[in-house]
Amino acid sequence: MVFPRQKLLAQKREAAEARLAPLTLPQGGKWITAAREDARARLAATGLPVKRDEYWKYTDPASLTAAQAPEAALYEADRDAMAFADTERLKIVFVDGVFDPAASDELALDGVEIALLSDAAQADLHWARDLYGALEADGQTPVERPLAAFNTAHAAEGVLIRATGKAARPISLVYRRRDAGADVLLHHVLKLEPGAELTVLEDGPAAARFNQVMEADIADGATLHHIRVQGRDHERRTVAHLFARLGAESVFKSFTLTANGAMVRNEAVIRLNGKGGVAHIAGTTVGDGAFHHDDTVFITHAAPGCESRQVFKKVLRHGAVGVFQGKILVEQPAQLTDGYQISQALLLDENAQFLAKPELEIYADDVKCSHGSTSGEIDPVSLFYLRARGIPEAEAKLLLVLAFLAEALDEIEDPDLAEELRGRIENWLRRHTD
Amino acid sequence: MAALDTTTKVRDEDIRDGVDRETVETVQSMAGTYKHGWETDIEMEFAPKGLNEDIVRLISEKNEEPAWLTEWRLDAYRRWQTMESPDWAMLDIPPIDYQDQYYYAKPKSMVEKPKSLDEVDPKLLETYEKLGIPLKEQMILAGVEGAEGAAAEGRKVAVDAVFDSVSLGTTFKDELAKAGVIFCSISEAVREHPELVKKYLGSVVPQNDNYFAALNSAVFSDGSFVYIPEGVRCPMELSTYFRINAENTGQFERTLIIAEKGSYVSYLEGCTAPKRDTHQLHAAVVEIVVLEDAEVKYSTVQNWYPGDENGVGGIYNFVTKRADCREARAKVMWTQVETGSAVTWKYPSCILRGDDTQGEFYSIAITNNHQQADTGTKMIHLGKNSKSRIVSKGISAGFAQNTYRGLVTMHPKALNSRNYTQCDSLLIGDRCGAHTVPYIEVKNASSRVEHEATTSKVDDDQLFYCRSRGMDEEEAVALVVNGFCREVLQALPMEFAMEAQALVAISLEGSVG
Repeated sequence: MVFPRQKLLAQKREAAEARLAPLTLPQGGKWITAAREDARARLAATGLPVKRDEYWKYTDPASLTAAQAPEAALYEADRDAMAFADTERLKIVFVDGVFDPAASDELALDGVEIALLSDAAQADLHWARDLYGALEADGQTPVERPLAAFNTAHAAEGVLIRATGKAARPISLVYRRRDAGADVLLHHVLKLEPGAELTVLEDGPAAARFNQVMEADIADGATLHHIRVQGRDHERRTVAHLFARLGAESVFKSFTLTANGAMVRNEAVIRLNGKGGVAHIAGTTVGDGAFHHDDTVFITHAAPGCESRQVFKKVLRHGAVGVFQGKILVEQPAQLTDGYQISQALLLDENAQFLAKPELEIYADDVKCSHGSTSGEIDPVSLFYLRARGIPEAEAKLLLVLAFLAEALDEIEDPDLAEELRGRIENWLRRHTD
Repeated sequence: MAALDTTTKVRDEDIRDGVDRETVETVQSMAGTYKHGWETDIEMEFAPKGLNEDIVRLISEKNEEPAWLTEWRLDAYRRWQTMESPDWAMLDIPPIDYQDQYYYAKPKSMVEKPKSLDEVDPKLLETYEKLGIPLKEQMILAGVEGAEGAAAEGRKVAVDAVFDSVSLGTTFKDELAKAGVIFCSISEAVREHPELVKKYLGSVVPQNDNYFAALNSAVFSDGSFVYIPEGVRCPMELSTYFRINAENTGQFERTLIIAEKGSYVSYLEGCTAPKRDTHQLHAAVVEIVVLEDAEVKYSTVQNWYPGDENGVGGIYNFVTKRADCREARAKVMWTQVETGSAVTWKYPSCILRGDDTQGEFYSIAITNNHQQADTGTKMIHLGKNSKSRIVSKGISAGFAQNTYRGLVTMHPKALNSRNYTQCDSLLIGDRCGAHTVPYIEVKNASSRVEHEATTSKVDDDQLFYCRSRGMDEEEAVALVVNGFCREVLQALPMEFAMEAQALVAISLEGSVG
């Protein structure tokens, strides 16, 4: 008698085997090949995710795991300017997952070492060697993330950044697409040495199917800001994994704006390892039509006196689906933890859906942890109030939606970047009225 | 305040700001002073140990069941064999040997129904005396015919007492019959009202609903049956008292409640078991059918033996409880005080199928020592304008793990529906855990869902309100928390509220900060 759970695991392993069989590992030196082989073995053991997996309850991974990436019509870039155009930054451009040296700036910045994964894989970059795939592997328990292991095994490109001081400019990763069927894997590694400060920006459509891993090791007293804009191309599919490990008194703030996309799963796996660390993960999602967006966040408090915030706001209409799976795990030594989590959805019509699983798992007693989750339509009383003051209905709705999103946007520390993103959302909302 | 065992001495490090000594002591005393841990030494008739189709047939035969029910059980048993014990709950349970259990146990003296009090096994009488059930009722509970006529003093509560695998008796049957209410054991209902049982059994919790429901469907031995006819307000509260006595015996009761159009009933359930070193299995199913405008209140004080302070012994409590609000304006309210059992796996749920239906769930779950509880509810909104409310309070001490797990789902057609959920957790000591696992699924825009969960925190707005009226913070916290706790306790009928209060008796006033 084969019981359902065994049967499921066997199916998942078979799927992984079938997916891996035609693929050979990218070229590379000894250490990266070892890391890739390890990841491949881990994937073979867990298998590929399926809809029946508890962790994929609300998001069907089929299009992310399929051998062939579904085609996605190319994005009309001129309709919507790329983000961060006015920000002074160091640009690193990838076209269909391939580094584009002509479009990129010179990979040199005070206080920062930058290398490409494809180059470093041949050489021996000791700090990258210790990190590549390590945080991803740690992030596989207690919840498996097979698509991240797949990325570690088969990503041929990415950027390796080591910050030793305060970076003079933000580093901007720009993703462009030329191929309607581009199936891209990128694997970035960030290492912030004690006291270092760095801002990383990400923007662009990347691929028809994009699987990304970013591993960030943030040492004591270091600060990493991460702002990501996931563009408006409607048919794109993305699974992005962010693995971060925080030292004492370090700060990590990540914000993601997502507008449309047929399938977007953003996973963040954060571990607060040192006393007094601060991690804020926030996002706003605006979806119209055939849109499926999933924010999956797992924050582990492993040290005392840390603070974590998760702030996610979703505005959905015309059948758009928003998913939030957030977890705060407070381990026994993590006394004096301050954990906060809010996930809210504004459903603009009857077809939109919001599916949430906001979890707390707490093993320390002296903690302050809370979570909230709400879903509903635009408050008719507030709408009436604004209309009674002469504001047209469409404008009044826009104001209320922006007000709803404000708490998440407030998580962006840089006021110029916050204003730019707010403007992008406003433009989107004006384009997507009834 | 109960006297403390020396084994449950309060550690000074457990006392800190916000959790006072009394709270710690009260929580710790609960496992140390389990009051119902004695056993009745009585001659029992057992079915052979283990589980197979013959045992299922034997149970069916003992209950004099019709062929369709025997088949129904066998079908459940066959399905159960293809299923796996659920592994998703935050429970650490060693594998259970289902062949090392007795599935049927009946006191020998009950084989022939006693005619008078003198014939009843005095040990059985003693059992109920010790459990605090009044003598007048006890006569009936012990199965004495003709005792129903004796007028009971004070407020009436009809009781069905289940001792291991059999129902011993049901009180006030005559009086209830006058109102048209049927309240009897499920085995009796199978014999006397087969049409009702056949129509509703398994209609809310199907045989293959889950592993434990399938097991129960195969081997349920007894339980209570309630039928409230159209327009009848049940003249008294109905109660079932479950007692596990025999060793290595699983208890698998099945309760079926049907509330016809416009009816009302309040149902209470209590349970205890002797202290033993081995774990005992309890897998119950409760099905409630609520029709148009009817209302059912179901209250539980679960006080199975929780095991000792080292986690030895205790009941494994795997329960499937579900109410189906089938028609418009049906209403159901679950209230539970969970203090016992080594392991609790229990999610009383509401299917809000009709328009304007209402479901409520109030829960206090206390775990201490090595107890583990994974409990919560499901509110499945299918009808328009349906409303649900969830208030859950979890208190964890010692090495215990306490999890709230809940589902709120708003289907696309459940327009203008509303849910409010609040889960609060309190941890006492740094070796226990409190967890919250809510699932929220909203598939239409006009419904509003709000979920709030906190650990050691009172709502700031409420505090601010109190403080702006001149209270100091301590007073304000006391008022808010006290009011909140009372809300759960007050959801219980009076008889149970007293018991629950005594059982909980925790000063929450100083425990939030």
